[in-house]
Amino acid sequence: MTITATFFLIAGLGLIAWVFARARAGRFIQSGVASVHSLPSYHGWYAAMWAVVPAILFLLVWSTIAPALGSYQVLESPLAAGLPTDAFERAAILSEARALSHNPDLKVFNDAAVKLAPLYAAADSKYAMIGALAAFLLCFAGGAFAFTRIRPDFRARTQVERTVMFGLLLASLIAILATLGIVASLIFETVRFFGMVSPFEFLFGLDWNPSDKVVDGQATGFGAVPLFWGTVFIGAIIAMLVAIPLGLMSAVYLTQYASANVRKWMKPILEILAGVPTVVYGYFAALTVAPALRSFAVSIGITDASSESALAAGLVMGVMIIPFVSSMADDSIAAVPGSMRDGSLAMGATKSETIKQVLIPAALPGVVGGVLLAVSRAIGETMIVVMAAGLAANLTANPFASVTTVTTQIVQLLTGDTDFDSPMTLAAFALGLTLFVVTLLLNIVALQIVKRYREAYD
Amino acid sequence: MLDNLASATTKPKMSARDVRVFYGPKEAIKGVSIDIDMDNVVAFIGPSGCGKSTFLRTLNRMNDTIPIARVEGDITLDGENIYSSSMDVVQLRARVGMVFQKPNPFPKSIYDNVAYGPRIHGLAPNKAELDQIVENSLVRAGLWNEVKDRLQDSGTALSGGQQQRLCIARAIAVDPEVILMDEPCSALDPIATAKIEELIHELRGRYAIVIVTHNMQQAARVSQKTAFFHLGTMVEYGDTSDIFTNPREERTRDYITGRYG
Ligand SMILES: Nc1ncnc2c1ncn2[C@@H]1O[C@H](COP(=O)(O)OP(=O)(O)O)[C@@H](O)[C@H]1O
Ligand SMILES: [Mg+2]
Repeated sequence: MTITATFFLIAGLGLIAWVFARARAGRFIQSGVASVHSLPSYHGWYAAMWAVVPAILFLLVWSTIAPALGSYQVLESPLAAGLPTDAFERAAILSEARALSHNPDLKVFNDAAVKLAPLYAAADSKYAMIGALAAFLLCFAGGAFAFTRIRPDFRARTQVERTVMFGLLLASLIAILATLGIVASLIFETVRFFGMVSPFEFLFGLDWNPSDKVVDGQATGFGAVPLFWGTVFIGAIIAMLVAIPLGLMSAVYLTQYASANVRKWMKPILEILAGVPTVVYGYFAALTVAPALRSFAVSIGITDASSESALAAGLVMGVMIIPFVSSMADDSIAAVPGSMRDGSLAMGATKSETIKQVLIPAALPGVVGGVLLAVSRAIGETMIVVMAAGLAANLTANPFASVTTVTTQIVQLLTGDTDFDSPMTLAAFALGLTLFVVTLLLNIVALQIVKRYREAYD
Repeated sequence: MLDNLASATTKPKMSARDVRVFYGPKEAIKGVSIDIDMDNVVAFIGPSGCGKSTFLRTLNRMNDTIPIARVEGDITLDGENIYSSSMDVVQLRARVGMVFQKPNPFPKSIYDNVAYGPRIHGLAPNKAELDQIVENSLVRAGLWNEVKDRLQDSGTALSGGQQQRLCIARAIAVDPEVILMDEPCSALDPIATAKIEELIHELRGRYAIVIVTHNMQQAARVSQKTAFFHLGTMVEYGDTSDIFTNPREERTRDYITGRYG
C-alpha cells in the first residue's frame, strides 16, 4: 500500500467520521435536548479532525523514517556483509539498490546493488504496510474518541475554532520559517566562503576576476566592489534618475490634474506595466535600447561605447520601476489632507505652487519611503541586467561602458561548471547574503518612514 | 429681501446679489443677497447643511476648487465683480482670506507657515521685512509670545488652539481686507475658543470679518450682524441684538429658541 493511497483512504475515513458525528449530534437537536452548545456540523468537523490529523501527522513522520528503517534492515542481512566500509561508497550502493527495487530496468554501476534490490523491495513494502496499519489504527482511534465525546453540552465549536486558529498560525509560520531557512543556508555557505576569501578582501577589494586558483590558502579575484558599484550605478543612480521624476510627475498629474475619467484609465494601465515580466523588459533593453544607445554614443564621438551598457540597463529598469514609484507617490499625495491643499489655495497660491510647496513636501516622507522600496527592488532585479548590462566587472562611471551587477554575477557563478564547494560557487552565496542584507535594511528603513508618515495624518 | 440690505451710508465692502450655487443639478444656495461692511463682524448661523459654508466659499471663489460647483449671481468686492473675467483669483484670495473649521497649518515651521502668503505674493523684498511681517502677524493673532522662541518648530506640533491662531496669523500676513472664518472654533476647547473670540474682537474694524458658527452664544458674543440661513436661503439678516431678542421671522425664532436644527 503506497503512502498516497493511505492518505486518500484516511481522508475518506475522515469524511465518514464527519457524516456520522454530524448525524449523531443532529439527533440531539431533534430529540429536543434543552441546550445544545454547538451546531451538528461542528461536531462533524471535530470528529473528522480527530480521525484525520493524527493519522496524517503520523504518516508524515513515518515517511521520513521508514527509508532509514528499511536500509537498516537490509544492512542487517548476511547478504550485506561484503559491502565496503567507507560510508560514502556504501550509501551510493544502497541508494542504487533502492532505485533498482522500484525500477528493475535501471542500469547499475555497482553489481553489489543487484543482489540487495530484492531485500530492499521486501523491507520497504514491509515498513509501508506497518505505517499504513498504524495510520488506520490512529484514524479509527481518533474518530472513536471524538465520537464518544459527542454530547449536547460538548463545546465542539470552541475546539474546532481553536484548531483552525492553530492551522492558520502554522501556515503563517511556514513562510517565516522558510525565510529563516534560506537565510541560514546563505549564512552557512557564506561562512565557508569566508574561510577561503577574507571578508575584508571581498567587501573592499577592487578586483573581480573569480577563479579556482588558490594562492597562500586564499582564493583570488573576489573583490566585489566593482559589482557593488555596478549595482548602485544601474539600480540606484541611472534607474532612479529616470523613475523618480517620471513617477512623481505622473503621480502629481494623476492626483491633481487628471479628471476622474482619465484617472480611471491611467492608473490600471500603469499598474499593468508593473506586471510585465522583467524578461520582456530585458529583451527590450538588450535588443532595442542598447544598440540604439551604442550608435548614439559612437555618433557623438565616444568610440569605446560597448554594445552592453549600464545606461541601457538603467534606463529600461527605470521605466520598469516608474509604476512602483508613481503608485507609492500617488498614495502619499492622496493621503495629504484636502484641507492642506484648500489652505494653500485660499492663500491665493496657484495649483502648481500648492503642489510644489505644500503637497509634495507634505507627502515627501511617503515618497522617500516609496523610492527606497523601489531602489531595493531595482538592485535585486536580475533579468534586465543579465541581458543588457554585460559581464565585465568595470569600475567606471561611464554610462556607455559595460558594467556588471551582483545579481548578474550570482547567475554567472552558479550556472558555471564548477564544484559545489569551490570558492566560485560559494561566492554566489556571499553575494546573495550581501544583497539580502542591503535590501532588508532598505525595506526596514522605508517601511519605518512610511509608517511614521501615515501616523502623522491619521 | 432687499429691505434687509444695509441702508447704511457707507459703501459695503462686499455685496452679493441673488447668488445661487449648484452642486451638479442640486441647488444648494437659492438666491442670497447680502452686504458686508468693514465695521461689523457678520455671523452666519443656521442648521447644518443649510449652505453656510457654501455661501461663504463663494466670497473668495473657493467653490472654484470643487469641479461640480457652479455659481450664479453677482458678488462684488469694493464694487468690482469678483466673478468677472478680469478678476485674478490669486489677487482675490490675497484680499479675501479664509480660516477653516479644522486648523490646517502646513507641515512646515511656524515661521514658514506665516511667511507662506507673503512669499507667494512677493510682499517682502528682503528677509528683514519678511521677519517683520511674520512678527506683526503673529502679534496680531495673539500668538507671538507663545512661539517667539521657537519659530523654527513645526506648525503641526502646536496645540489645536495655537494652530488655529497660526492659521489666522497666516491669513493676516498677506494683509487681506476681508477674513472669512468657517466654524473656526468647532474643533477647539472652551479656553482656546475664548482666545479666538477675543482675537476676533481685536481684529474688528481692521478687517471685514464673516464668521460661520453653529454656536448661537458665540454669534451673540462676537458679531454685530447676524444672518440666519435655512435650506439654502437667507431667512433674515440684521443686527445681532435684534435677531436674538426680536426676530422678525417665525423660522428664525424657532431656530434660536432651539425648536429645530
Ligand atoms: N462638495 C460638495 N459636493 C456636493 N454637495 C455639497 C458639497 N458641499 C456641500 N454640499 C451640499 O450642499 C449643501 C450645503 O452644505 P454646506 O454649505 O456644507 O452646509 P453648512 O456649512 O451650512 O453645514 C448640503 O446639502 C451639502 O450636502
Ligand atoms: Mg459648514
